[in-house]
Amino acid sequence: MKALVAMSGGVDSSVAAAMALDEGWDLVGITLKQWVGDDGSLPITGCCTLADAEDARRAAATLGIPHYVLDFTEEFAERVVDPFLDAYAGGLTPNPCVACNRDVRFGALVDRADALGCDVVVTGHHARVRDGDSGPRLLRATDRSKDQSYVLHAIGSDALRRARFPVGEITKGEVRRRAADLGMRVADKPDSQDLCFLGGSGPRDFLKTHAPDAMRPGNFVDVDGAVLGSHDGAAGFTIGQRRGLGVAVGEPRYVVSVDTGESTVVLGRREDLLASGCTVTGVGLIAPMEGPIEGSVQVRYRSEAAPALVTPAGDGGWVVEFTDPVEAVTPGQAAVLYRGDEVIGGGTIDRVAGSISRATGTISRVAGSISRVAGSISRVDGA
Amino acid sequence: MLYLDHAATTPIRPETRVAMEPFLADGHGNPGGMHAVARAAKSALEDARERVAAAIGARHPLEVVFTGGGTESDNLAVAGAALGAGRRGGVVFSAIEHEAVRETAGFLGRLGCPVVEVPVDSDGLVDPDRVAASCDRDTAVVSVMAANNEVGVIQPVAEIAAAVREMSPSISVHSDAVQALVSEPVSIDDLGVDMLTISGHKLGGPPGVGALWVRDGLVLEPVLHGGGQEGGRRSGTPAVAPIVGLAAAVEAAVADRARFRRDVAAARDGFEQALAGLVPDAIVTASTVGRLVQHSHIRVPGVLAENLLINLDQQGLAAAAGSACHSGAVQASPVLRAMGWDDRAARECVRFTFGWTSDPGDGARAAARLVRALDGLR
Repeated sequence: MKALVAMSGGVDSSVAAAMALDEGWDLVGITLKQWVGDDGSLPITGCCTLADAEDARRAAATLGIPHYVLDFTEEFAERVVDPFLDAYAGGLTPNPCVACNRDVRFGALVDRADALGCDVVVTGHHARVRDGDSGPRLLRATDRSKDQSYVLHAIGSDALRRARFPVGEITKGEVRRRAADLGMRVADKPDSQDLCFLGGSGPRDFLKTHAPDAMRPGNFVDVDGAVLGSHDGAAGFTIGQRRGLGVAVGEPRYVVSVDTGESTVVLGRREDLLASGCTVTGVGLIAPMEGPIEGSVQVRYRSEAAPALVTPAGDGGWVVEFTDPVEAVTPGQAAVLYRGDEVIGGGTIDRVAGSISRATGTISRVAGSISRVAGSISRVDGA
Repeated sequence: MLYLDHAATTPIRPETRVAMEPFLADGHGNPGGMHAVARAAKSALEDARERVAAAIGARHPLEVVFTGGGTESDNLAVAGAALGAGRRGGVVFSAIEHEAVRETAGFLGRLGCPVVEVPVDSDGLVDPDRVAASCDRDTAVVSVMAANNEVGVIQPVAEIAAAVREMSPSISVHSDAVQALVSEPVSIDDLGVDMLTISGHKLGGPPGVGALWVRDGLVLEPVLHGGGQEGGRRSGTPAVAPIVGLAAAVEAAVADRARFRRDVAAARDGFEQALAGLVPDAIVTASTVGRLVQHSHIRVPGVLAENLLINLDQQGLAAAAGSACHSGAVQASPVLRAMGWDDRAARECVRFTFGWTSDPGDGARAAARLVRALDGLR
């Protein structure tokens, strides 16, 4: 049986390939060329660059499997980078890894696997898949600190059925030990941190180059609308951000909301970041969801999930009510619902409901609409 | 593995290995020294020069400059002639030249040399009159390859040289014969050129060595500056063993040419005939114009070359796509774009190149493997 293994040049996918080989798969190693720098060439170092492609090639050679680099720059630009820019221009803070996994790795790459006669796609993600009564189940990784189920929530059951995440079953320490045992030079390679296509700089530099229209000068204001300072573009500020604001007001200030239309960034205190709930759109489910679920909701990559009641709200939406207020719930990021370790599904955070008196009018209005929707749903359930 | 990527590099011929062995075992002489060890190296070097000169019909062996390969020879020819005598001379080249010429022209353009790219027709042919019409009194050098490395189309180099000569006798004409020399008769008199590029590893010599034939009297600015070896045209201690290997390979290729043409043409034509029956929608590029006997450039509509190459590799057939980036990913080829192909068509092409180790039955074998590789791709 043939398997396509996506090799990024990192230690996880290298060991994933080794583990799949041990399981008896006939492997085809693939590295995706996903992006090029602004001058049309790939930098040598950094995530998904020339050095990474070489590392992947070396790992494949160590394992004695064929390895190819495929050009996915068009797919990546269309399905990941363009939506990323659009979202920022609309004042949202997207998570491009969700789109990349859904549309590139478990979209276009699965189509390639079909063309190449491969039954499954192996990646180095830290997550686990189990068979369930109604299809595959997606679970958090054995190594909770490396869990990536959050960015995989949107890949869908069909892709999940064909996905294999061998390293999701072991700890990162064990991954590195196995790489070292195999003599792979990536054994102690650091984990990648930044978004690959930002080329090591922050989103604001990237937006200035690629979405200049979304970067108009504007003001920082406090939650009552008083001007605190100016900035050169609202897009790219992230809710909860404290550093790099360039305004000093004597005590810590955080970005609490971003309005790219008015080019206004609202700064507030830490308690202004607290949200009692949010609405979620574009929900995709992996596990069945008949009605409201009391579980936990993760609103950001690598953060703790918070206890919440999640209620379906028609049109592929959710209303999320947190048991205790949650900090920096950010429109554009994914909200993923877990029951224990299992991913139920997820979608994109749309509106955020504040929990405190200082909340702006917009937020109170959203909060109102949430309670109305939630109310109508409980009435339906009651009937 | 059925190896049909000889245009990328071809196995070293036994004659090459035999010729090189003494210099690998005990070839430490620097030809520039004043002792017996150096003299032995020097005489091997000059013997190699004579053999290469004779193979292409050069008047004097010293017209042959040994280089580090075809790319360096192209750089020396184009940049050397454009910048010769302290000039910023103009460069005229065809749109399907190898990157070694196109990128050198780009570099010269950035230095202020006037640079003109001459378009090709849909078969990849360069029109001699268009080349001549692109020249003006600033033009220092014209570069048109003897045969294209991707599609194998043979260019009318003699006609181009004559047309340029008629326009202005002071313009130097260069031709890259890296792909052609193994199968086409290459005589500098017949071609009427002033410079000719030769590569070792494309005809059964070692990689990392090449030659540029330069007509006596031509002024070239060196690309590599240093100790003034190779008549001041290419500094650096000559690599005696590879140079001896290159000379042996050139000689062997010329001696083997008639057999090569017969066997390779049988293999290539057998391949294309079998394909016509087995994959009737496959299209042979430039099938109606003169092509190198070893080249078969095929488009299978609807099948990405990237996928086909992977499946061919799995079936034990080594072939190539037109163009790869530094990371190894397949890219749409500039040559096909110059021939007016759209990106999609350009990404559906695979190049099969036969070579001196191919036997006439390899064509039918390759066609059968291609059919298996296509299974599942559409």
